[in-house]
Amino acid sequence: MILKGRAWKFSNDINTDEIIPAKYLVSVDPKELGAYCMDGIIPGFSKGVRTGDIIVAGKNFGCGSSREHAPLAIKGCGISCVVAESFARIFYRNSINIGLPIFECPEAARSIEEGDEVEVDASMGLIRNLTKDRTYQAKPMPGFIQELIEAGGLMKWVVKKR
Amino acid sequence: MGYTVTEKILLAHTDKRSISPGDLIECKVDLCLGNDITAPIAISEFEKTGVDEVFDNKKIALVPDHFSPAKDIKSAEQLKILRDFARKYSIKYYYEIGCMGIEHALLPEEGLTVPGDLIIGADSHTCTYGAVGAFSTGVGSTDLAAVFIRGRIWFKVPESIKFIYSGKLNKWVGGKDLILYTIGDIGVGGALYKAMEFTGDAIERLPMDDRFAMCNMAIEAGGKNGIIAADETTLKYVKETAKKSKKKWKIYKSDKDAQYCEVKKYDVSKLEPMVSLPPLPSNAKPVSQVKNVRIDQSVIGSCTNGRISDLRMAAKVLKGKKVHKDVRCIIFPATQATYLQAMDEGLMEIFIKSGCAVSTPTCGPCLGGHMGILAAGERSIATTNRNFIGRMGHLKSEVYLSNPAVAAASAVKGRIAHPEEVI
Repeated sequence: MILKGRAWKFSNDINTDEIIPAKYLVSVDPKELGAYCMDGIIPGFSKGVRTGDIIVAGKNFGCGSSREHAPLAIKGCGISCVVAESFARIFYRNSINIGLPIFECPEAARSIEEGDEVEVDASMGLIRNLTKDRTYQAKPMPGFIQELIEAGGLMKWVVKKR
Repeated sequence: MGYTVTEKILLAHTDKRSISPGDLIECKVDLCLGNDITAPIAISEFEKTGVDEVFDNKKIALVPDHFSPAKDIKSAEQLKILRDFARKYSIKYYYEIGCMGIEHALLPEEGLTVPGDLIIGADSHTCTYGAVGAFSTGVGSTDLAAVFIRGRIWFKVPESIKFIYSGKLNKWVGGKDLILYTIGDIGVGGALYKAMEFTGDAIERLPMDDRFAMCNMAIEAGGKNGIIAADETTLKYVKETAKKSKKKWKIYKSDKDAQYCEVKKYDVSKLEPMVSLPPLPSNAKPVSQVKNVRIDQSVIGSCTNGRISDLRMAAKVLKGKKVHKDVRCIIFPATQATYLQAMDEGLMEIFIKSGCAVSTPTCGPCLGGHMGILAAGERSIATTNRNFIGRMGHLKSEVYLSNPAVAAASAVKGRIAHPEEVI
């Protein structure tokens, strides 16, 4: 799967209250949540997003609450994947479980700039900065997590194992 | 090679003979938890699979505490999803309003979290139960749905950081101050993916409520879990609470040759009450260095500091005093039992005579839900756990975190204050 879009750059320690403020947690619909994605940090963010765009962030992306609404909102507003230096652990689990592709790659996260055109080969974990003509390799997912992704997500895997 | 307490509990819940940090393992779950924000997604994911039975209706707890009593029609609908699911599958530990309390205060009080248990919850502050010597951690809704079906969950075995606290704590200093100080030292990502093991003579003397406050905020340093190995204090608590649940426990302690990725030593004998400035819990400063910060609101409660000893501490400061005319002080006893005990001890009278509002148990304003939302430009001191931008309301409002005595003293002074300024 090839993901392609413009980079939206964020700093370290972006928390889930910034990704989707609690006042919007009365919905579980990704589209509805997507309309308010990043509302806690850039009000109106979703209006500027074109389908396929990519979030590029620093360390500990998605820290704070366990709300699965955070990756759902990111997915729902049209963002194709998140590249970060590191992810907070519950956000990491949630993203895998709901099928939001995430890539841990400090080099890419640091050197990609706002607005750069970025292409990601999701199965290889290859991140290309088309604007700057540079390529980065994301940290590979552990085998068990790849098994989950290949099964079509955690719930499909669980039903199969039952 | 020896094991840490976290590794021992994880190992005991797998089919494996040994584990080490970094291993991906599957564990049996003793208790799983969802609330009115996270469980609706879990229930929807569960129902989509077509599976029509849960793994064990006595190992699931559903606590409608975030937006309840329902704040609007949409939250009422979310609450109804929990209620309907609980009835359909005869979920034993569903708590309706009237019995309901804030989940992380309620479940230990009900004796449902005991030493040696492995507990997961679709709420990040599930790490609170490490205070009783259990392994407990927050997960997401889909993880919870998977546990509803299989009763098992995957984990990466975390490395452990050992924190050693030594020295006698000053008056007005407790578990909340220790954890704010610690997060201030290591940062909001300082324990990312790791187990935080709290030890030392200061921890040995720490009462249970303070231990809950410490483990509760392990997540604010990015930790997977916070844990204090069970000791005499824990046993005294659990012997009482487990009378109700009839749950059995098992005590695990770290081996002498257990491996830690880091050891942090703190002399806490000179520690002052701490205040964390917005927008991160890691911006922790001694209260004496936080000068002339006027407040509009003081919130005393939450899963961090809504227990009886927290209310006692607030009452000690507020007794015979008046809340400042420019401040709203709102008190949230964390559970019905805490509420009743506070009444029996005369704390409610102190609160009401001093001009505080007292609420039924709810997470309420802590996450900007309801019951005390801030307008643009307003500032609250709060005994809660997060001071992120917009956490309690408008993006241009601010939250300062503290212990209950500082929050009460600040309510009286109208600015952030040390309890000694009021007493």
